[in-house]
Amino acid sequence: MSAASELQPVPQVQPKKKDDIILSVTNISKRFQIGKRIVHALSEVSFQVKSGIVTGLIGPDGAGKTTLMRLACGLLVPDSGSISVLDMNASREPLKVQQSIGYMPQRFGLYEDLTVQENLELYADLHKVAVKDRPARYEKLLHMTGLAPFTGRLAGKLSGGMKQKLGIACALVSPPPLLILDEPTVGVDPVSRRELWEIIYSQVKKMNMSVLLSTAYLDEAARCSEVVLMHEGKMLGQDTPQDFSRKMAGYAFEAHGSQRNRRALQEALSKSKKVVDAIILGDQVRLVTRKPEQAEELSEEFSAGKEQVTVRAAQPRFEDAFISILHDCKQDGDDKQCDLILPGQVGGKGDEEVIIVRDLQRRFGDFYAVKNLSFSVKRGEIFGLLGANGAGKTTTFRMLCGLLPATSGTLQVAGHNLRVARAPARAKIGYMAQKFSLYSDLTVRQNLNFFSAAYGLRGQLQKKRIQWALDSFELAEIQDNDSNDLPLGYKQRLALAAALMHAPEILFLDEPTSGIDPLARREFWRHINALASAGVTVMVTTHFMEEASYCDKLVIMARGQVLAAGSPSELTSRYRSPDNPEPSMEDTFIHLIEEFEQRKGKDT
Amino acid sequence: MDVMRLRGLVRKESRQIIRDPSSIGIAFFLPVLLLLIFGYGVSLDARHVPLAMVVEKNSPQAMALVSGFNQSDYFLPIPMRSIQEAEQALMHRKVDGIIWLRHNFARQLLMGGKAPIDVIVDGVDSNKARLIEGYVTGVWFNWLERMTGEQGQRLHVPVTVEHRVWFNAEVSSRNYLVPGLIAIIMTLIGAMLTSMVVAREWERGTMEALMVTPVSMKEVIASKIIPYFILGMGGMLLSVLMAVFLFQVPLRGSMWPLIVSSSLFMFTAINMGLLISVVAKSQFVAGQIAIVITFLPAFILSGFVFDIRTMPVVIQWLTHLVAARYFVDILQTLFLAGDIWPLFLTNSAWLAVMALFFLMIIKKKSRKLLE
Amino acid sequence: MLRKIFALMKKEFRTILKNKKTRMVLIIPPIAQILVFGYSASFDLNNVSYAVYNEDSGLASRQLLARFRGAQAFHFVDTVNHGDGIAPLINEKKVMLVLHIGPDFTRNLSKGLPGKIQVILDGRNSNSAMISLNYVRNIVMGFNTHWTAIHGGRHVPGQLVVSSWFNSSLDSHWFIIPGIVALLALVVTLEVTALSVAKEREAGTFDQLLVTPMTPLEILIGKSLPGFIIGFIEATFIIGMTILWFHVPFRGSFLVLYVGIFAFLLSAIGIGLMISSISITQQQGLMGAFLFLVPAVILSGFATPIENMPQFVQYITYLNPMRYFLIIVRSTFLEGASFGLLWNLYWPMVLIGIATLTAAGLLFRNRMY
Repeated sequence: MSAASELQPVPQVQPKKKDDIILSVTNISKRFQIGKRIVHALSEVSFQVKSGIVTGLIGPDGAGKTTLMRLACGLLVPDSGSISVLDMNASREPLKVQQSIGYMPQRFGLYEDLTVQENLELYADLHKVAVKDRPARYEKLLHMTGLAPFTGRLAGKLSGGMKQKLGIACALVSPPPLLILDEPTVGVDPVSRRELWEIIYSQVKKMNMSVLLSTAYLDEAARCSEVVLMHEGKMLGQDTPQDFSRKMAGYAFEAHGSQRNRRALQEALSKSKKVVDAIILGDQVRLVTRKPEQAEELSEEFSAGKEQVTVRAAQPRFEDAFISILHDCKQDGDDKQCDLILPGQVGGKGDEEVIIVRDLQRRFGDFYAVKNLSFSVKRGEIFGLLGANGAGKTTTFRMLCGLLPATSGTLQVAGHNLRVARAPARAKIGYMAQKFSLYSDLTVRQNLNFFSAAYGLRGQLQKKRIQWALDSFELAEIQDNDSNDLPLGYKQRLALAAALMHAPEILFLDEPTSGIDPLARREFWRHINALASAGVTVMVTTHFMEEASYCDKLVIMARGQVLAAGSPSELTSRYRSPDNPEPSMEDTFIHLIEEFEQRKGKDT
Repeated sequence: MDVMRLRGLVRKESRQIIRDPSSIGIAFFLPVLLLLIFGYGVSLDARHVPLAMVVEKNSPQAMALVSGFNQSDYFLPIPMRSIQEAEQALMHRKVDGIIWLRHNFARQLLMGGKAPIDVIVDGVDSNKARLIEGYVTGVWFNWLERMTGEQGQRLHVPVTVEHRVWFNAEVSSRNYLVPGLIAIIMTLIGAMLTSMVVAREWERGTMEALMVTPVSMKEVIASKIIPYFILGMGGMLLSVLMAVFLFQVPLRGSMWPLIVSSSLFMFTAINMGLLISVVAKSQFVAGQIAIVITFLPAFILSGFVFDIRTMPVVIQWLTHLVAARYFVDILQTLFLAGDIWPLFLTNSAWLAVMALFFLMIIKKKSRKLLE
Repeated sequence: MLRKIFALMKKEFRTILKNKKTRMVLIIPPIAQILVFGYSASFDLNNVSYAVYNEDSGLASRQLLARFRGAQAFHFVDTVNHGDGIAPLINEKKVMLVLHIGPDFTRNLSKGLPGKIQVILDGRNSNSAMISLNYVRNIVMGFNTHWTAIHGGRHVPGQLVVSSWFNSSLDSHWFIIPGIVALLALVVTLEVTALSVAKEREAGTFDQLLVTPMTPLEILIGKSLPGFIIGFIEATFIIGMTILWFHVPFRGSFLVLYVGIFAFLLSAIGIGLMISSISITQQQGLMGAFLFLVPAVILSGFATPIENMPQFVQYITYLNPMRYFLIIVRSTFLEGASFGLLWNLYWPMVLIGIATLTAAGLLFRNRMY
């Protein structure tokens, strides 16, 4: 460290005027070498972040968000282009930049074996906060984050939401003019997410702080003042979220069919040349069209014979803009026309209950990971388990797949009692684990080969199934690539293909879409819908609230317990009020959690 | 370097050490375990060697020789009736050697001729075989003296060898193995502790958060060295205490050279660990490298069990790259011989050179960048 | 069943051999270790450095010293003219020993009195000290025989006739190098197996594997076979090096040796898989393997005899498969031992193998997180 920088006092928050440029990115490109592959993390990205507002970097995994933030912090050096932060060049004067910004990396960058107080102290020491100013500063931060009662607790023992708040508190310990947050809301339940946004805005308002944050949740875009859209290292646009959605007026519709169920309707509508995007939302199908259309014309066009389809114009959303922009980028390969997968023969018809869970419990020591869980799933249903991290979803899943013995309760899957007959049940189950567990050293084909053999397939049948997987998941072209080198969307497809090799009756999907871009997510749900229509029972966990509405039935869990169960529209309708006539799944979830916490508060 | 930041980092590091049982485990549990295993498990001396005694015909002379073996602490003679039985026992590894006195032994002795005493040793473990040979020669020599003494004559051997083993009069191999062992354990601990600890910061993403603060890499490096140095020296103290009090190894040198050289060595080992962590960003890889590049060379090429002087010249050169080699030398000397300054100074100088060299590379390699 | 196992085995091989780093781990260390060990791990001194402090000017002392100068194993460094000169030489490790011949050595000898020489040895490595002392004695003995033959005198009654079986020149390489077969086979199989389950647990693929209809037994066999085959190849390679490169005689039958290798690999794989199924992360697997490997090597008799260990430590060594296999290797190499001599070394290894493999199979599913 140079002597000059030692003598320099910590720069004070420079009261920059609104709309001053606090961070400016000019023609930045950055490549990485991963194995033999060269990844273009960022190509020719330019944008500017205005002072005194919250700017969101929005894009799926692999969009280059993290790389960009690291470049801005001086942790990486760009291959070309430049970044200036607070009028300093980030790659030339990293130490100066680092003195004047607050940064929270992914996973919060906390020392889990230090207490809340000790974490704060460490960062205060590192930022050289004067000792006399500290008590007041700590108190303010702890009060703001609600961590005051937990100062003596180890950071590792905090819940995800509290960790995240502590992470922010540490980044704010010496109030920086610019706060950079990398995916601060990942893995955090909706309640904590809402609180986090409150903290961020209080800083912006009170301290005139500028914030740059990244997120993969599209619904969070609406909370930013300005949004930078990114995809695969390229910038797709910068605007206010309102402007993004406003441009979509006349493109967004809601459709309702008289005969066909919503899934069949969605499938039919998504085949239309006019439609860019069709997703299920409650009982309806939401449409985004290629060009501005009239609702009446669409109604006429989609109705055929007895089937009456009513189409109404809908409020455009930020997501609609993102989807149609992505579609424009991907024009060349029109993946919409691909055939739906044909699931193999499914054993058994009818709508009997294929999964029955009664009073299921799982204890780890004194801790109940799952408590008194009961539900049942009918054949061909898509059944969702919803809950924040640590709610007991994964534990329940592992028990249902026979990976974890239950402490007590009844557990019946595909007609077999899992507590006594695990092996026969397993032959009828397909399982896709979190993070798409594949053998990363093996190629796509080798993975399929192995899983099909492990499921006991051989000879012609094995060949046929592998060919089927390669064709219907569009993996044929990349069949000799290592699965490790695949983009996340392909990994997900391969993992699904592997789980379907033996044409299982029941499919378990644990967080199947986390980190996947919205287009790939839609593609994935189309496969799942097709499977369900063919009679495959699908059980899925997710923390994307909007995905919950794709399910036929839902269970919302918290702390190992069921808070509510029912169809998505049943659940949301409970909280319909004059203020909020169309409550979203997220609103419902937050209501449920709050009620639950209140009950708990009364009990103790 | 900034005092406030450094103090903050050192305090953080110390708190982590106190809360994390694994680093305490590596620093204190591992040395105790390894010292016990090695201390009790490794000894090159032979005691109570089972020996088949085949005396085909009894005679006073033969009896005298047998009783010589019986009285020796080195042997555990087992009488056998025939050479065939003894050979079978040797084949089955029931005995390590055979003493065979033929039926005409006494007669030949009395006739003044050469009476052969056949000694057969199992040569598989050549080192042990050689030791047994030496011990047998000793017993035989005593017997000769007694025999000639009884006849009223003096044994006439032109030249006799008298030996004095300096520093280790009881010729116990444990006395030199234990000090060498301390050096090896300390290499492992120093390198493993630091390399894994830094790798952990990478793995958990805390290094990234640390880097986007005004700290300099110098401060980060210093904050790793200081607490782990203290911890390592604690392990060192424990090992020395065990050597002296549990294994009864004499400590003849004085305290200061011991402290100085241990500090130097600890410093080198920690730097080695830091260097590993610059390369390896996961605890797994760091652990693997630490074991491969510190433990094995320290074990084979440090002169701990295998005397460097027995190695081919090329490999002797190679041993100069192994830091433990210098410390083994210092410790063996400090424990058994005392303060021998020329030896101490040369070895310490080598250690210092190595430590500085490592530090230089670390400084060069560790930039505040994620690439 | 066989097809599933075969598929799993194929997959294991692919993952092991695909990665350049793991491939290197299987190839480089064995070669490096056998070469370094083969040349450096030795107890034989072939270069005993010595100094002479000769106070005698007579012929006999010169004749005696000439024998030392002519000896291959000795290396003359310096002469000392004063008693005070001895200490620095020994202290600073300039020499391993000093030969001190008193002023009336030749006079005594020619009078028929015994001539004494004193050997001062550096005891910091007592093993080397004792070995070099033996060398000195041998040279002096040779001198004595020669002296008696020329100057007359009685023969010493009762001559020792020493012969050593199996290794007549007492070359310690013959002892150490076959041992490396055991050492490296153990290290390599542990490396392959100890991480195999832990790696899959870490990547989440182990759950995927358990959800398939494969039984734990099938998984166990599929996971064992690659370790077995790799261990076999490595062992064969090192045996080849031992015989062809280091010229250690092989006197026994390959069948006897390979049955031993089979039993040994069985136990090593069992231990490796057990460590692996206890561990959640690869790091734990590595630590576990290390914590097993170090005591297993030390307490195996590889470098130092088991009989020297305290009784309770000797009992512990019965749990160490390497202990048994070391004897089998050395016996088949040097003694040409037959099944009859070794059968009681085979079954403990098989027993350890079965016990640990069973434990591993049970732990596959019941290991919680």
